[in-house]
Amino acid sequence: MSSDAENHQDTFEIAGRTFTSRLVLGTGKYPDLKTMRTAHVASGTEMVTVAVRRVDLTGASGPTVLDYIDREAIAILPNTAGCFTADDAVRTARLGREAGLSDWCKLEVLGDEQTLLPDPVATLEAAKQLVAEDFIVLVYTNDDPIMALRLEEAGVAAVMPAGSPIGSGQGVLNPSNIRLILERAKVPVIVDAGVGTASDVTLAMELGIAGVLLNTAVACAQDPVAMAEAMRDACRAGRYAWRAGRIPRRLYGSASSPLEGHIVERLGDSNA
Amino acid sequence: MIVVVNGKERTVKSGCTVEKLLQSLDIRGNAVAVELNREVIPRAEHAVQPVREGDTLEIVTFVGGG
Repeated sequence: MSSDAENHQDTFEIAGRTFTSRLVLGTGKYPDLKTMRTAHVASGTEMVTVAVRRVDLTGASGPTVLDYIDREAIAILPNTAGCFTADDAVRTARLGREAGLSDWCKLEVLGDEQTLLPDPVATLEAAKQLVAEDFIVLVYTNDDPIMALRLEEAGVAAVMPAGSPIGSGQGVLNPSNIRLILERAKVPVIVDAGVGTASDVTLAMELGIAGVLLNTAVACAQDPVAMAEAMRDACRAGRYAWRAGRIPRRLYGSASSPLEGHIVERLGDSNA
Repeated sequence: MIVVVNGKERTVKSGCTVEKLLQSLDIRGNAVAVELNREVIPRAEHAVQPVREGDTLEIVTFVGGG
C-alpha cells in the first residue's frame, strides 16, 4: 500500500550518500545570491553544482556563492563546465577537489560552443581518469544508451544524460533513449540540462529516473523562487506518478461508467 | 622575477612560495586551489612549495554554475 509516508521515504543513493530530494540545482545565472539561496530552499534541493574559476585578482572582494549555500543541508557538486578537452576537465576537477569541499565531480566535457552538447570521446577519457583518481564522478553525457553503458563500465557513480542542450529549455527531446538508458543502468540516471519549465521535470521523472539537474529554468525564470517551488512539486508529481504506475496508452476510448444497465439501447446493438 | 598568475604576468620576490604569493595577493581562507605548472599543489605544501621564475600558476575558487 502506497502512502504519503512511503513516498517521503522514497530516497535514492549516489555513492553511499542518501538523497530525499531528487532535484539537483545549479548556482549560476541567478539575479542575485539571496534569490539563489531562497530558490534553493524552495526547491528542497540537497545538492547544488558550482563552477571552478580563476580567483578575481583585481582586488574586488565580496560575498561568494559559497556564503549563500547552507552546507549542512546541501552538498556541493563541483563541475567542469566550460571544458572542451579531457585534459582541461581533469585539471579542473582536480582543482575543484583541492579546494576542499568535495571529492565529487560533475564531469562535463563539451563538444562545441553552439550546442554545448557533450563530446563523448573526451568525456569517456576524462571519466576513466577521474575514476582512477578516486573521484565520485557524475557524468554529463548525451542521451546515447550505449555511451551511458560505457561510462558506467568506466566506474562513474551516476550517468546524467542531457534532455536537450544546456539552457535550451526544450525539455526531454528523446524520452525513448532515456528509457533505454534507464533499463540498463545500475547507477542512478539523472536527466541533466534542457529543462524549460515544471512539466518538463514531471515528464522526465515519469520515466522512472532518479532525479533531474537543472539551473537556467529556475535561475532565469521571471520569479526564480516561485519556479523553484514549482520544480519541487513537479519533481514529486512525476516521481509519485511513476511509482503509482500509469495506465497504458490506448488508441480508442475506454468508458469509466458501466456499459450495462443503461436505459438507452447502445448504438450498434443487434436487437436495437 | 616574473611569473604568470591566472593568465597575467606578475613580479614576485625571489624566495617566494605559494603561501607567500597567496598572502601578497590578499587571498585568504577556504575554497581556494592552486595549480603550479599544471600540477595541483596541495594546501599542506603551500608553505614549502617555491615559486620560480617563469612559473605558471592558476589560483581558482568556486563560482556560480550549473
